Amino acid sequence: MPTLTLSQVTKSFRDQRALSDVTLSVDAGERVALLGHNGAGKSTLMKIVLGLIAADSGTIAILGSPQGSPAARRATSYLPENVAFHPALTGLEQLRLYLRLRGEPVGQAVDLLERVGLGAAGRRRIGGYSKGMRQRVGLAQALIGRPQLLVLDEPTSGLDPVSRRDFYSILDDLAGAGTAILLSSHALTEVEAQTDRIAILSNGLLVANDSLASLRRRAALPIQVQIATRPDAVEEVARRVAGTRVNGTRVELTCRHDNKLTRLAEVAGLGDLVEDVEIVPPSLEQIYHHFSKAGAAQ
Amino acid sequence: MTGIAAIAICEFKIALRNRWVAIAVVIMALFAAVLSAAGSAPSGELGVDKLSLTVASLTSLAVYLVPLVALLMAFDAISGEQERGTLPLLLTYPVSRLEILLGKFVAHLGTLALAIAVGYAIAALAALAFDGEAVQGLPALARLYLTSLLLGAAFLGLGYAISAVAARPGAAAGAAIAAWLMLIVLYDLALLAGVVADDGGAFTRSVFPWLLLANPADAFRLYNLAASEGTSAATGLGGAAQTISPGLALVSVAAWSVIAIGLAAAAFRSVKP
Repeated sequence: MPTLTLSQVTKSFRDQRALSDVTLSVDAGERVALLGHNGAGKSTLMKIVLGLIAADSGTIAILGSPQGSPAARRATSYLPENVAFHPALTGLEQLRLYLRLRGEPVGQAVDLLERVGLGAAGRRRIGGYSKGMRQRVGLAQALIGRPQLLVLDEPTSGLDPVSRRDFYSILDDLAGAGTAILLSSHALTEVEAQTDRIAILSNGLLVANDSLASLRRRAALPIQVQIATRPDAVEEVARRVAGTRVNGTRVELTCRHDNKLTRLAEVAGLGDLVEDVEIVPPSLEQIYHHFSKAGAAQ
Repeated sequence: MTGIAAIAICEFKIALRNRWVAIAVVIMALFAAVLSAAGSAPSGELGVDKLSLTVASLTSLAVYLVPLVALLMAFDAISGEQERGTLPLLLTYPVSRLEILLGKFVAHLGTLALAIAVGYAIAALAALAFDGEAVQGLPALARLYLTSLLLGAAFLGLGYAISAVAARPGAAAGAAIAAWLMLIVLYDLALLAGVVADDGGAFTRSVFPWLLLANPADAFRLYNLAASEGTSAATGLGGAAQTISPGLALVSVAAWSVIAIGLAAAAFRSVKP
């Protein structure tokens, strides 16, 4: 049984359709990235999963329990976008509240802050924290009690590159231990390396839901081949492979996925005219645009 | 239960840190001290002990101060969480909205209980120091203390309801002050105007007593002034107010504290995070 199952979930705000017939599941240990423009329905979907708002129709189950039920809430942790806390409390005090609410020993607060790299600041008031520090407190509270489902809304906004890497290594540990992770992000390059599956929302429709490799195949976007040539051979190479000369030593060509090996064989046939070859697959950004556009057209 | 305790511990810490505990204690202590100093009137002429006299004065003080302090502590409870953006995360935890509300209530009522205890203790010690007979007034003081907490509970509940309905703390603060003005000041003025205009007619005899009972602050005053002989002698309470039994007034204050918390719970339930 998947940890999280949404089937045919629909939600409207007044006459504005926020989610249309969305069906999605996340298995234990799976990391799923939810992508979409602002207003595509990501936060609405997350709030429905968390039981903060009700869906108009469709069913949502977390380990078999309906969203928002005590069992579902016990199994789920959430890190909201731009997470906020009471400024008068210290990081430790804030975490102790959350530990008590989950029935966990308050002594864990120190370890949790240590784990997100905030050990030293735990006794200072959150009012004096930077955005990145608040985000770490947010992550620390999401780790309480080994959640079975983790919902993260733009979790790395406000974090520097090193903190992002630490953040994803914590997520890896959790996923390794069986936590199902649903996260939304704008940082596509990050998501590309750190998730198992990508779900794209566009105008409330789920327009893609697959691994990156499969999406790449389905989108059938052209692959770019960059050829570094000998300085005196750039014209000849460009002519023989029917590519485009970029500068004095580089030629580019594009090809379809199923044509890739044929084209590469042609390049290899050029022998020592070529110094190096680089194959650039379509980026997640291009794939994302491809599917988002398809959704917008519907 | 653990949810209520967790929220209460956290809220009390916030109240301590935001100086709310200190402010409430100082306000109550200051007014009680001023009242004791000014109230050294000749109690012998009335044949009343000094503490009963103090209780009568404290009742008039508490009617204004307890609702005000309660409303000021409560107005931010839900609107503040909404404004800061802390509410959605809290609501995803395995804790019900009623537990969140009751946790805040326990912390705020505890703060009030502490402040009122300090204030009344100062006034009582001053009375006991100057009059050996003052121990006679201790039961009246105990009644005043417990009903002050009930009055505080009613206005905390009202404050939470206002806080849940108002989207922003600023609006909630304004509405809380307006509620205080209407229930504590204007309500009595309106009743007074009614009684004067009626000149001993049907309104004064049959409607007025019930209107007094309907307002928790008036019921609180009625109960404390009528429940002991000493205090009623000290205030010369008479007329329409004496037609109402103190027991009924007590029931009114207690009922309002439960109704107000119920209203707050209902208002909080319809808040969309």
